[in-house]
Amino acid sequence: MTPWHPFAPLTLRATGLSWGRGGMALGEEVSFSVTAGQCLLLRGPNGTGKTTLLLTLAGIVAPLEGAFAIEGADEEQSLLHYCGHRNAIKPRLTVGENLSFWAEVNGPTGIATTAALDEVGLGHLADLDAGYLSAGQSRRLALARLLVSHRPLWLLDEPTAALDSEGHALVTRLIDRHLDQGGFAIAATHDPITLPDLSRMETLVLGGQT
Amino acid sequence: MTAFRALLFRELRLALRGGGDMLTLVLFFVIVGAVVPFAVGPDRELLARIAPGIVWIAAFLAMLLGLDRLFRPDHEDGSLILLRQAELPLSMVIVAKLIVHWLVSAVPLIIASPLLAVLLSMEGDALWRTIVSLLLGTPALAAFGAVGAAVTVSIRRGGLIAPILIAPLSIPVLIFGTGSITATQSSAAMLFLAALSLMALALSPFAAALAISSAED
Repeated sequence: MTPWHPFAPLTLRATGLSWGRGGMALGEEVSFSVTAGQCLLLRGPNGTGKTTLLLTLAGIVAPLEGAFAIEGADEEQSLLHYCGHRNAIKPRLTVGENLSFWAEVNGPTGIATTAALDEVGLGHLADLDAGYLSAGQSRRLALARLLVSHRPLWLLDEPTAALDSEGHALVTRLIDRHLDQGGFAIAATHDPITLPDLSRMETLVLGGQT
Repeated sequence: MTAFRALLFRELRLALRGGGDMLTLVLFFVIVGAVVPFAVGPDRELLARIAPGIVWIAAFLAMLLGLDRLFRPDHEDGSLILLRQAELPLSMVIVAKLIVHWLVSAVPLIIASPLLAVLLSMEGDALWRTIVSLLLGTPALAAFGAVGAAVTVSIRRGGLIAPILIAPLSIPVLIFGTGSITATQSSAAMLFLAALSLMALALSPFAAALAISSAED
């Protein structure tokens, strides 16, 4: 088991960033920066581009204007975890196989898969076909993927979707611990996430009443 | 390298545990070949003459059938987005998928091809050439197929469009494939077939990676 180690202090800085799908901008330009140990919450009604902004930051959708960069980073490394609506879980593989696949593909730099499964409360289901998991359990498995590979930036899209109240607490705990280690996170959410230390949280409201 | 191996094993496991798909392809391949004698009549000489073409058409159609599960399941469950943050480039992800795709959709056909050859009353020598030509030519079909599947991955019902896209690309494979079974100049045709496969294998991962990364945008 690889021990947790802190990250080099990184900053994600976006300046005049405009994003959208199919050439159509969603909302106005924004500028923000998130540094190590901080969590940025993206709030806003449906359709204001929270998911697209996360996809843009993940490098999957090209920004329309402006730019963003992660400062202080080694170019070669993969720096981020993206956790989207879809859980990327394969039926016909067991829960444990699903997780260890992602651990090997993303680099097994985090905690061991069994420890990660225990952490998200799926330890007893490691040998179950992942196709049988409920929506909430699938979500937990997707979150376990963030733990098995050690990456500084977490981009979370509705991390609490389909989770019970204990699951909400789990998400809060995971984010809090991630920030402790010098990581940082950007989460789009409708459910309020409240970290114990409020000074670590910032909120960016998209599509506000202009 | 561990990432590449993990991907190979995952794809193989998924393919083998959904074993029904593989059997379907083989049966489809044999059935396409087996209906031809009923359609053209039981003329042994005619059958032996057109048999190479029939084997290759059957292989081509059977390989089209398996294309849709190359990228679509990964696209639909979000794995494809995550694989772009993996510790290996997207083109290597496609190489791994391509290898497994060939193993599970072409190798079973090659194994079943002697059965088809008997149904089409091919002689012993032609049978060997059939197996070799399929071995040499199916990698090209798989590689062209991967490009087609990648281009259409974000289109709903794109599975029907991919075959139309790649049919023109596959024509040279069919020409030299059948050419390497018919006796005259068979070795020259085999060399061409091998060259086609090598070229397609070298270029298609990059083309497919480009298509997939622009598909989300």
